[in-house]
Formats: sequence, structure tokens, C-alpha cells
Amino acid sequence: MGRGKKIMTGTHFMMGNLACAEGAIAAGCEFVSGYPITPASEVVNRLAKRLPEVGGIFLQTEDEIAAICSAIGASWAGQKALTATSGPGISLMQENIGFAVATETPLVIVDVQRLGPSTGAPSVGLAGDMVQVARGSHGDYQIVALCPESPQEMFDLTVRAFHLAEKYRVPVFLLADAFVGHMREQVIIPEEKQLEIESRKIPKGGNDPMDRQDFLSVDVAPMPVFGRGFKAHVTSSCHDEHGMRNLSDPEVMHRYISRPIDKILNHRDDIIQVEADYSGASIVLVSYGTVGRSARAAAHLAQAQGLRTGNVRLITCWPFPDREIRQVAESVDFIVVLENNRGQLYPYIKAEAAHACRIELLGPETLGQIHDPEYILARIREMIK
Amino acid sequence: MTRTELTIAGVGGQGSILAGTVLGSAAVTYDGKYAVQTQAYSSELRGGYAATWVVVSDEPVVFPRVTRPDILMAQAQDSINRFSHTLKPDGILIVDSDMVPTPPDNIGHIFRIPATSIARNRLKAPVTANIIMLGALCRVRRVVSREALEKAIVDAVSKEQEQLNLDAFNLGFEAVREPMD
Repeated sequence: MGRGKKIMTGTHFMMGNLACAEGAIAAGCEFVSGYPITPASEVVNRLAKRLPEVGGIFLQTEDEIAAICSAIGASWAGQKALTATSGPGISLMQENIGFAVATETPLVIVDVQRLGPSTGAPSVGLAGDMVQVARGSHGDYQIVALCPESPQEMFDLTVRAFHLAEKYRVPVFLLADAFVGHMREQVIIPEEKQLEIESRKIPKGGNDPMDRQDFLSVDVAPMPVFGRGFKAHVTSSCHDEHGMRNLSDPEVMHRYISRPIDKILNHRDDIIQVEADYSGASIVLVSYGTVGRSARAAAHLAQAQGLRTGNVRLITCWPFPDREIRQVAESVDFIVVLENNRGQLYPYIKAEAAHACRIELLGPETLGQIHDPEYILARIREMIK
Repeated sequence: MTRTELTIAGVGGQGSILAGTVLGSAAVTYDGKYAVQTQAYSSELRGGYAATWVVVSDEPVVFPRVTRPDILMAQAQDSINRFSHTLKPDGILIVDSDMVPTPPDNIGHIFRIPATSIARNRLKAPVTANIIMLGALCRVRRVVSREALEKAIVDAVSKEQEQLNLDAFNLGFEAVREPMD
């Protein structure tokens, strides 16, 4: 199916992981490196087959560390690059996720989360990496993370991940899980011209790095490409506006940390997407990823029984949608946070909400299985008794 | 409400998950319905449990999990032990009677289809038992149309195996004497 076609425009009954791979191809991804791991293997298997058909390169590496390093290198060679793995692979990649942040490298990292800690249960989905993707590498930084709830969003948000990675020169995570990765559902792939995809800006040639002063720009600097004549110094160590290493000037260190963070936070309104449906509600269910579908079903049930219940689903989980959560908290009585874990984003959500309304965490009845809507409703009834 | 929940289960190698994929694909691609298919399987290549869950609906599916199936298609005794208690009280159980010698007797409706012996004796192809079961399902309850299922089967198998699988589907369809619809 789709042999040689760049974009498989049409309606498909497609597995989430394959929709992700097709999203990457549609976004113009040219380089993928990966090491197989359940439940993410279908992403790389598909791309290993599809990329050569459309003129791209797939590299199976010896481990996840080599996978992310290869993808970072390919990105600096001017390619749109992706690597895909699961939680254990993310743990191995952490050092170089920091490298990608420090060198402002556009990169898409697909994390099809599985039940952990450690080797855990490979084929069962658990949202266990919600914080490690954003805070797992050392130092202070911001990345972008998007959470799909369906195979359709595995496609749509992979395309968006490339758009944001290229636009803001930042690693962007697609935070899926085994449930949605292995789920098959209707996926509508649009025409190429309907996709919003921005590519990075590339500077004109030049021989002297000191001529440039736009490394660390909060407005996102054009990115040199190895081999195209622009001489630049690229280092993950503390560097100044010229890209030159500087380990002595505290002011430079301050800017080296702050500017890549401000680059993301200053553009948070463009990056953050939240699906909100809570007008007139007194109770709001806050969720992300596949749990969002449990939440929506539970809200329908609750409304049918006269409980004024609404929904907020975080499509972008990082940068954290702080203002959006505050806005909800200040207009309702009670927020119930639904997560398929023991409360990873709950402390962040609570920090923005607890001043204004009551807030509780509700995990699923069985970790690894998204909440049964009837269970959510029964527990809410107990909570508000 | 048009939502129908199905569990299709067996042991690895019997094609339960493929049967679920064909069913979902038929609903979405050829019947203009909505469907979600999810799955679970143990790490053994053969012999471990395998199960797939399919929700078919006339409207977009909000909650994608199957919690109380309307229909359980069981290809192994193990599947009965694992899943028969989840069936709705008036649910439908379709078993491969060669593989499920003792189905529970407290089920609303039971259909016994000797799918494995039909596959072995009539088609000389034991691997088609899953498609025979799909044929039986189609006759028992029109969750998805026969035409859509046949097209989805053709999509799912190689050109050389097309007729064999369509024959298997038809034998399963004919094996049900008293359909419910």
C-alpha cells in the first residue's frame, strides 16, 4: 500500500504507529535512525521500508544512544530527522537530548510509552515518561511535547512535531503510548497542500563566525548546514551569540541558559494547544493522551445524569499549559485530573489550580488500562458527596 | 446507540488479531462506519494468548476500550477462561467447537462452529479457521456487511490466497443454521 507515494492521501484503517510513520514522511522527514523496541517498533519498521522509496535514509543503529546522535548529526547536515523509541530508550537518550537542546537542534523524538519502571511490561501503555522527556536531562531547559489520543492524531501531531521542531529549533516529543500506538482506527491523510509545515531558515554563506550574532536568539536563529559554506562553531558547551565557547563570563552563561528557554516560552501561545469544552461546567476533567477519550465519554455520561461536567485535554503537555489551567481553575468548582499513572503532571496542574478550586487526582482502576468512563463517574459521585 | 463491542480471542498463530483487523477495516473502508481495534498478546510467537477488541459504531467512537462485549468469538478454551465473564448478560458467544470443548452454559446465545475441522477437511488449510469464524460472525449478526467483509479479506491476503479465504468465509457463513438477525 502506498508504495513510492510521499503522501498517502485518503482514508485508511491504520495502526497508530504506522500513522506516525506516514506523518513523518508527509512532513518531509528525510532521515530516521532507530533501535527496535516494543511498542515503538512499527514506527521504525515502516520508515525503514518507506524512506528509501521517497529518497530518504533509514539507519538501524546499535543502540538508542547511537540513534539519537545520528539523528542530531543528520539534522545539522540539513535533514529533517526523527528517532523513535519507548521509555527505556528515552532513558538512554537523555544525555543527548540535552545536547540537542543546547545546540538548538530541530529533532522529532517519538516516545511510544510502555509500562515501567525499568523493563516493565513492553506491550502495555502507561504514561510514565511525562516528566522525564521534559526534565530528564541535566541542566535547565524547555522542550516541546505533544500527546496524541488517536491514530489520527498520531499522524497530525507527527506533522506538527516537525513543524514546531523546525520553526523553533528544538527537540519535539510525540508522547504516545502502547495503547494508541497499536490501535487501529480511521485515519484521514489530507492533501499535501493542506499540511502546515515550516522548514528551518538557513543562513547565507560566510567565513567568519564573528560576523554573526544570532546564536541563542529568542526569535530563533537561522541554522547553518554542515558543508554549505557557512563557517560556524557548534558546541553544547556554554556559548555566546557568535556560537563561540565561553566558560568564563557569567553573563554569557545566563544567556546560554535563558535564551533557549525564552525562545520556547515567548512563543508558547503558538506552541500550546488545549482542547477545552467546559462552558457552564462546575466540574472539569483534565487529561491528556488516550485518557482524554475516557474523560470525554465520562463527561457525556455525567451530563446525561445532570452533572455539569466539562473537559480539558492537553494536546501540548510541554511547555506546560499553565495559563490555560489557571483559566479553568478560576471558572469552575472542582478539577479532576485523570492520568494513566500515579500522578506525573498532577503536581504541575495542582500548582496552577489549587488557589482557585478543589483539585483531585484520579488514576485508572487498573494502571495500564485507560479509565472506564463508568468508573470515573462513580468516583466523582463519591468525591462530591 | 449503535455501538457494538466485540472480543476475538485465541492463542498465538490462530489469526485472531488478523480477524479483528479485517473486521475493523471492513467497517471503516467499505461500510462507512467507525471502528477502533486494539489488541494484546503474550510474548510467545505461538501458543501464548492473543486477543483483539473491536468497537464498531455508526458514530465516531469516543471510548475505545471494550469492557462489556456484545460478542465474544473464542478460538481456544483459554479464551473462554479469560473473557467469557466479560460478555454482556444477553451476549453472543461464537466458539470454534474443535478448540473449545466445554463452553460455559450460562451464556445468552452460543454458536458452535467446527471451524478448525472445516478448515482442515474441506479446505486443507487449517490457517483459515479465523476467516471461517468471521464468516460465521457475519451470519450470526450483521455488525458489518458481507460485501464489506469479503472486500476487506481480499485486501488482507495475497492474490494467491484470495479464493481460498473467500471460500473459508462462505463455509463459515453457511455453518450457522439459525442466525439471529
